Amino acid sequence: MSEKGYLDMELLRFTTAGSVDDGKSTLIGRLLYDSKSIFEDQLQSLEKTNSRRGEQGINLALLTDGLRAEREQGITIDVAYRYFATPKRKFIIADTPGHIQYTRNMVTGASTANLAILLIDARHGIVEQSCRHAFISSLLQIPHVIVCINKMDLVDYSEDVFEKIKKDFEDFSSKLDIKDIQFIPISALDGDNVVNRSENMDWFEGSTLMYTLENVHIGSDHNHIDCRFPIQTIIRPQSKEFPDFRGYAGRIAGGVFKPGDEVMALPSGFTSKIDKIFIKDKEIEEAFSPMSVCMTLQDDIDISRGDMIVRANNSPKAQQDVDLMICWMNEKKLVLNGKYSIKHTSKDARCIVKKIKYKMDINNLHRLENDKEIGLNDIARISIRTTSPLFIDEYKRNRNTGSLILIDEATNETVGAGMIL
Amino acid sequence: MKSYNLTHLRELESEAIFVIREIAAQFERPVLLFSGGKDSIILFHLAKKAFYPGKIPFPLMHIDTGHNFSETLSFRDRLIEDSGEQLIVKYVQDSINKGTAVEEKGPNPSRNGLQTVTLLEGLEEEKFDAAMGGARRDEEKARAKERFFSHRDEFGQWDPKNQRPELWNIFNGKKNLGEHFRIFPISNWTEMDVWQYILMENIELPSLYFAHQREVVNREGVLLSKNDFITLKDNESYQNKLIRCRTIGDMTCTGVAESSATTLEEIIEEVSATRITERGGRTDDKRSEAAMEDRKKQGYF
Repeated sequence: MSEKGYLDMELLRFTTAGSVDDGKSTLIGRLLYDSKSIFEDQLQSLEKTNSRRGEQGINLALLTDGLRAEREQGITIDVAYRYFATPKRKFIIADTPGHIQYTRNMVTGASTANLAILLIDARHGIVEQSCRHAFISSLLQIPHVIVCINKMDLVDYSEDVFEKIKKDFEDFSSKLDIKDIQFIPISALDGDNVVNRSENMDWFEGSTLMYTLENVHIGSDHNHIDCRFPIQTIIRPQSKEFPDFRGYAGRIAGGVFKPGDEVMALPSGFTSKIDKIFIKDKEIEEAFSPMSVCMTLQDDIDISRGDMIVRANNSPKAQQDVDLMICWMNEKKLVLNGKYSIKHTSKDARCIVKKIKYKMDINNLHRLENDKEIGLNDIARISIRTTSPLFIDEYKRNRNTGSLILIDEATNETVGAGMIL
Repeated sequence: MKSYNLTHLRELESEAIFVIREIAAQFERPVLLFSGGKDSIILFHLAKKAFYPGKIPFPLMHIDTGHNFSETLSFRDRLIEDSGEQLIVKYVQDSINKGTAVEEKGPNPSRNGLQTVTLLEGLEEEKFDAAMGGARRDEEKARAKERFFSHRDEFGQWDPKNQRPELWNIFNGKKNLGEHFRIFPISNWTEMDVWQYILMENIELPSLYFAHQREVVNREGVLLSKNDFITLKDNESYQNKLIRCRTIGDMTCTGVAESSATTLEEIIEEVSATRITERGGRTDDKRSEAAMEDRKKQGYF
């Protein structure tokens, strides 16, 4: 690590999607292995496992297997998080399994990702699941997508195969809303174009996967235009040193706030000016997403958890009737006219499901207007009415103020992930 | 155009502060589990940041196994005295005296597993409904699947197959009576992030983390510090070595590493060159391939 270099490193969160057997675990193993993020004791324990199972060499895929239950059954239960770093960036991988409860897990992993790696087996080309992964990436508005066409070694490193799959994918994804999409031919097993350039594919002029991960521009992934500051908690020490201090604590959900800015509190509509913005005792000049700060105002106005501080000339919609795309996360089906708790930014409310407009067939993007049975892993368009107004933006415009979750009131489980339209 | 970018350490810090504030807002009686190790020291530092200039709106709790390094305890006591925050200590010895925990036998008796009993008793006695800890997902494979907000049933158990999905930055802390949550604000930090953050923020640590001379015994490849709780086997003897701790747990199970790193900069250099995971020196994890998974299911941290 270069000296002080760590003070300049950025964080990139990505998710990986692939169907069964297209080499996703091998690719992640390869990234960890080639970036020297695998430690000796991990390798040793892996070699032990391999030899006990009568396998030879190191199976990179086993590096990402977590729980004993999974290793025994050779399956992955849930989203697992992995970490590696290069001198430029630190990476967080949300590794989601390829089969059971796939949609639910990919949506979870995608919700915080800057980037998605979609894997396609060069021998099979675009399959139903590839379409599903592309759709979820688009629905969750992952800013960057890298399509890795894997197992190029099994198609003689053919440029034609690569170009054909690329074209098929572009045809399909033109119907979607993916802003930045790149294609890379790789062999995860041998490492071609993963970290090191492939000698077998000199026709490919693009960058390796690792280079792309290190250099993709993520500075615009957050909304820095519409000022949104949902209040988490109020800080009132009432101590001798700070008898009258009243600070509003939270994480900036959009825009850039500066001391002196004219602001408005929702729902009250009272206006004031920002006095100071702090991170602990350090005053800062400007606060932007995703910073956690404490803000003081020039006037004493009534603000509590669940309220939002915004700019007077740019406020979110305050609505009780909200249209959503929803991904259902629970085996208990969505109930029309059913009541659910919701969480939206720092606000709690309740809602009733007024209408199920259609279910998406996520393999071909057809709208199933007559199918209103919304169960686990289904994606649907619905309308809800909430007990009090939510301060919302379109999910496309802001992932923080445009997302909410539905909670079952009997079990307290998170049952739905909603993206506001 | 001006770019609004946080560095990776500031983004991790911001995420952790957000989670800590959610804990204070969503629960009636949260507690910060404090071990005196670097991860819980960071958690304490972040909690102070989250509520400054106010006090931390929840107490700290230490599960004292009786097998602690004395340096850890004196560091803990000084930190509490200087900050004026509230500390609750629960003793594994009390659980043993009551008969709810039974001491292990053999040359290497560990109280690591017994901590779970005392922890669950402590949570119940004090009626805590959320316990935050400094566990990180990069530490161990069972932890890689852990949520920030980890739901526990009325027996304190973790069910890896039935976790709540965690979307965006929306955390669902709703629960039924008797259930509680374990919450891990620094889930996304790696060992390297922790050290870099300690250096950046100039956070004070127990002296054990820095190289010093100590009498150690080599037991099955792990260097254990001389202490009153282990018995030497026939072929073993103590040697004086220059060592430091990479993690701090009980004296009976914390393997120390030979090292000459006396400053944070040297430690960071050492961590970036090292090829063994942090918990590679923990004999408690080596007991079986799924040692952590099994302990977590029972309510361990």
